[in-house]
Parts: sequence; C-alpha cells; structure tokens
Amino acid sequence: MNEHRADTPISIHSLSIAYRRKPVLWDIDLDIEEGKITGIIGPNGSGKTTLMKAVLDLVPKASGDVRIYGQPFSRSRRLVSYVPQRESVDWEFPVSALEVVLMGRYGSLGWFRRPKRADYSQARACLQKVGMLEFADRQINQLSGGQQQRVFLARALAQDAKIYLMDEPFAGVDAATEGAIIKLLFDMRAEGRTIVVVHHDLHSVRRYFDNLILLNMRLIAVGPTAEVFTESNLDLLYGGRLTLLSEASHLASKPA
Amino acid sequence: MLEDLLRIFSFQDLNTRVVLAGTTLLGTACGAIGTFTLLRQRALVGDALSHAALPGVCLAFLILGQKSFAGLLFGALVSGTAGVLVIYLVSRYTRVSEDASIGIVLSTFFGFGITLSRLIQNDPQGNKSGIETFIYGKAASMLTADAWMMLCICLGVLIVLLALFKELTLVCFDPDFARTAGWPVGALDLLLMAVLVVTTIAGLQAVGVVLIIALLITPSAAARFWTDDIKSMMAISCFFGGSSAFIGTVISGVSSRIATGPMIVLTAALIFVISLLFGSRGGVLARFYSGSVASMESPQ
Repeated sequence: MNEHRADTPISIHSLSIAYRRKPVLWDIDLDIEEGKITGIIGPNGSGKTTLMKAVLDLVPKASGDVRIYGQPFSRSRRLVSYVPQRESVDWEFPVSALEVVLMGRYGSLGWFRRPKRADYSQARACLQKVGMLEFADRQINQLSGGQQQRVFLARALAQDAKIYLMDEPFAGVDAATEGAIIKLLFDMRAEGRTIVVVHHDLHSVRRYFDNLILLNMRLIAVGPTAEVFTESNLDLLYGGRLTLLSEASHLASKPA
Repeated sequence: MLEDLLRIFSFQDLNTRVVLAGTTLLGTACGAIGTFTLLRQRALVGDALSHAALPGVCLAFLILGQKSFAGLLFGALVSGTAGVLVIYLVSRYTRVSEDASIGIVLSTFFGFGITLSRLIQNDPQGNKSGIETFIYGKAASMLTADAWMMLCICLGVLIVLLALFKELTLVCFDPDFARTAGWPVGALDLLLMAVLVVTTIAGLQAVGVVLIIALLITPSAAARFWTDDIKSMMAISCFFGGSSAFIGTVISGVSSRIATGPMIVLTAALIFVISLLFGSRGGVLARFYSGSVASMESPQ
C-alpha cells in the first residue's frame, strides 16, 4: 500500500491536513481501486470533503502525498474530473445549462480559444446522457436542485476523464434524479472509469458502492463494502452518537 | 447655456470631443469590468480600492508640487494597491473578517487622504484647484492629453476583458472547478483586480474617487435585470455605463458649477431604478406579473 504504483488511480500515503493548526485528517493511507465505485462515508465534519479536496490539490497538505496513476496531481489533472457540492456555486449566475457543460471543455481548449462546433455537440451529448438536453438553453436559476446536479455531472462528463470525484451528488435531489445519477455511475463504471463519491445516506450504501472508505478524521476502514460495512466498524465511525448508532447497526446487520 | 449645449453637440472644440469620447469609453470599460467585479462578488473591494487611492493622489501632489497627471495617477495606483493588499493580509492572517477589514481600510485611507487634501488647500503656494477634481471629478478640467491617456487605458481594459472572457467567466462561476481543471485562478483573480485598479485610476479625474465605484457596479447591476446571459449582460452594462458617462459629462459641461462625477452617477442610478422596476428578468413589475400568472396556472 505504501508504493505509488502507476496502475492505481488514486494512492494516498501518510496524508495529514490541518486548518489553522487543528488537524482535520490524520495519517490517511489508502488506494482507490480502478474501475470501481468507491463511497466515502462518515459523520459531519469528519473530513470527507477535505480528503477529496486534498486529492485535487485544493487544500494544502500538512504532510504526506497523493498520486494519480503514480504521478502528482499537477501532472495528471487531465485524468481527473471534479463534481463540487451543488451549494458551492451561485446558481443565479447568468449562464445557461449548456454553457455550464461547455466549461468542462475549457481545459482542453486552452487559453483564448472559444468553444467550437465540436465542443458544442459534445456538450449536448453530455446533457443528453443525464437526460437534460431539453433544458440546454434554460438559465441555471430556473432549474430544480436535481436538474442543477445533473448539469454539474454533464460538465464532468464533458471533461472525459478517467477518475471522477463527486462531492455529495445525491444531496437534496429528487428520487428520479437519484435513480438517473446512479444509472449514469453504473454506465461509467462499465466503461472502466473510476468513481469516488462522498455520501451521507447509509440506506443506499450497499446498493451503490463496490468499495467503501469509512472516515472520521482517521481512516476507520477501507475495502469492499461487504467486508467493511459492518456493525463494529459503524460503531467506531459514529461512536457515541446513540440514535445514529442503532440505526446504523440495524442497517449493517440487514443483508442487502 | 444654449450656447454651451451647441458647443458640445457641434463637437467643434477638439478638447470637448476628446473628453466626451474619453468619459464615454471610461463608462463602457467600467461597465465591462463591473460585470466581472459584481459576479465575483468583489464590489466592496472595488469601493475600498477607489477610496484608498486618494492619499496617494495627495502625496504625489505634495511631493511633485504641481499637478502632473501621470504622477498623480501613479500615486493613486500605489496607495490603491496598498489598500487592497492590506485588506487581503488583514482578512487572511487575522481574526478580522473581510467586510470588517474593508470597512477599516476604506475609512482609514480615505480619512488620511482628506487630511492631506486639506493640507494642500491650505498651502498658500500650491495650486488649489487641482486636488478637488480627484475627489468629485471634473471632466471639463481634463486636458486633451489626459483624455487621450484615459481613452487608451480604457481601450486596453476592454481588449483584455474580451480576450479572457471565457477564462474570467469560469473563475467567477466556479473557482474550485477552474483550479482543478488547471486554470491559474489566483493569477486570473489578480488580473481582474489589476484591471479594476487601472480602470479606477483612469476614471479618477473624470468621476473622482468617491463615486467611481458607482460607475463600476451600478450599470452591471442594472444590466442583470434585462438578461440571464453573461455576454448580453456585459454588452448592456457597457451600454449603460457609456451612456451614463456621456450624459453626465454633457450636463456637467453645460454648467461649470456641476461636478461630473455626481452627474454621471445620478444618471447611472436613474438607469438602475428604471431597470429595477421595469427589467424583463426579475424586475419588480415582471416579477409581479409572472407571479400572478403562475398562480393562475394549474400545476403540471
């Protein structure tokens, strides 16, 4: 696990992160398996989003390092696509759904160049994949929460990456959108893409994720969902929070 | 008064023509940079920046002993940039939040500037008329060379913003995503700030430090009421800024007692109020109308 192998999509070694000298993540060691959907779960403030941002070089590391297929992120960013939390942007911003998706093409366009016809058709194809083509010209402030989330996913698809990091893509979306998103993730997995999802709903963990990361400042457990989504691990993860604990143990003992 | 109007509109006088073209282009450039400033939520920083420019203008005046346009602009550039830097350092490295540090820097720098301007005005040897111009703006006091300089700066600003339209839009909408895609968000933010500084400095003599922020923010805020598309928003904002500056300059040109800055700002404010009430996208009337229509429609 300590080796940065070139065939491992994401390899995290001895990673620690601190905000204003208070530790947020402590000595994380893990590898993400290629072509699988990996969930990250843990209580609020357990550092799930921070872990994702550390992989993306968005927060400074106190120590340790992260490799993408054996390379630092700065040299392999084209392989990685990020879907931020929906609340992280201002949806009153004056752009259409199609223009947001086009932003996924900007990286490969480079400086000064405007999107060409090929970029537009690819952006439309990505909107089609998330079932949002009919809303292409709709202003983003006129979309529902679930529709906005799907536009974000379409933007990520437009980047055509190998690794997808998604921060709470299922938060606050309707059931139809949740179904559409998970189908999309399964399709992406079938294409051999690696997907990492920060998640908060324990009910769907067994159905959605091949592998699981249990995080609460420290790494509690990592591995195949069937092996690590156990009562004793959830006990460690949510320790002390009794109501959640009983719900969690109920879920863990129930076969999928 | 009629003669003055005739003089302005006949464009006989070269200086009038250049000054009018200069302020109109300034308004246009302000409308353009204002769009990004507003969308990046930097309006308050722009306000602090323009107020922080005053002590630099006064110091340059005191040191140079006479009104040298380039010298005064350089002074404004240095102290305006220093003000923004102090805001950044205080909000980043102390417990003071950004809005509080903006308030502190704005008032401190401006207070210092006012003190210096009183010193200048009480100096029996100094040229007293010059410094007031930079506080409230007086386009009529501009020399042809000053106006040409303003024209060139504003053209440069427009070219930079149009060239980097795609990049700046991305940074304003989703800076984290932009960073992961490899865009130098810090550098683009800095460029945006630099363009804001340059535009503010360029407009000091015509509009003045107190009111330049209104010309930066009001036209783009008004434009947002007419469109949901960032390209149209910028075009409309440029049009509003340019016409506010044109009308304001003409009014102040007719009467020598009226400062240009307030006239430009009042014109921009009038456009804003009209947009707020009648704008097709989120204007008060449009909202009222669509609200009543929506309540009559049956849900799908």
